Amino acid sequence: MPEMLLHPWPWYVAGPLIGLFAPLLLWLGNRLFGVSSNLRHLCSAIAPRGIPYLSYDWRREGGWNLAFVAGIVVGGLLAGLVFGNPEPVAVAASTRASLASLGVHDLTGLVPRELFAWSSLATARGWIVIVGGGFLVGFGTAYAGGCTSGHGISGVANLEKPSFIALGGFFAGGLLGTFVLLPLVLGLR
Amino acid sequence: MTTPVESRVDVELDDDDVHELSAEQVRDPTAPGLWIYLLVGTLFGIVLTKGEAISWFRIQEMFRFQGFHMFGIFATALPTAIVGVQLLKQRWRRTLSGETVVIPPKHLGSGVRYAAGGTIFGLGWALTGACPGPLFALLGSGVTTMAVAIVSAMLGTWTYGRLRHRLPH
Repeated sequence: MPEMLLHPWPWYVAGPLIGLFAPLLLWLGNRLFGVSSNLRHLCSAIAPRGIPYLSYDWRREGGWNLAFVAGIVVGGLLAGLVFGNPEPVAVAASTRASLASLGVHDLTGLVPRELFAWSSLATARGWIVIVGGGFLVGFGTAYAGGCTSGHGISGVANLEKPSFIALGGFFAGGLLGTFVLLPLVLGLR
Repeated sequence: MTTPVESRVDVELDDDDVHELSAEQVRDPTAPGLWIYLLVGTLFGIVLTKGEAISWFRIQEMFRFQGFHMFGIFATALPTAIVGVQLLKQRWRRTLSGETVVIPPKHLGSGVRYAAGGTIFGLGWALTGACPGPLFALLGSGVTTMAVAIVSAMLGTWTYGRLRHRLPH
């Protein structure tokens, strides 16, 4: 297998490519690039329970996007599993030091292995990171009406003020999570 | 029972919903089928993964301002997206099947939903190291506990739907 396929891509290759998806989906069929809507479509499909926010024709509104997100899973499988980078991620030395002080030493793979192992769900820290973190992502993106793709890329590309506000919120929350919440949580057993 | 004030808010929100989803109302039957979106999604998943935008470690590096990688991604993705979308909207104006390009505007309201919702999402992003796209890409890459995170995220979205009429927007 050619070594090249295993290498991660630099930002100047990945960035412009990521930026192409908003215009591409718009051109293909007036679709608005945004992944978090799929959480809503899935809820609508599984348990609408008479909630107005979830009561709509999810096949019609979200069928294309659910196909898109199924593709993301396939893409992750190809690029992360079949052609995954065997080397530890090349983050800054200062990040390695910061993470080591939080007890994260293994930088191979895409996530800290121990923290995201199934056995981790039996610990408070693993439960808060995986279940709590997931809940915050789902609640927050629904409340904000979009995530990094819908607001951060699509909304900003359409020069919309709400998306710039949301992007500010993403970062404010991220900083709070990184410097306050994460050290507390990773300190738990 | 809802008071008249609450129901007015509801109507506004529902209008907004219709806007969010309105591009679907005038779908051309010759528009591309689902398989093309599966393919485009696969390409997106590959780019996210190979670009390490789904790496928990890269997200930490970004929020700690210790490396340029993620900022470089945003700094090149945004101009590309802006130029592409603006060209499509203002110059070419047509989709593949000849429809007029329509981008339903987002409703600003008080702006609270964007600031508060954005911050809540940001907290979750720092913990899981993943926004919604990466949650799915990570699942594909073999981080199987992300299935739990995705179900939990669905529960979060469902809870928002349930509490929606009581939240400031």
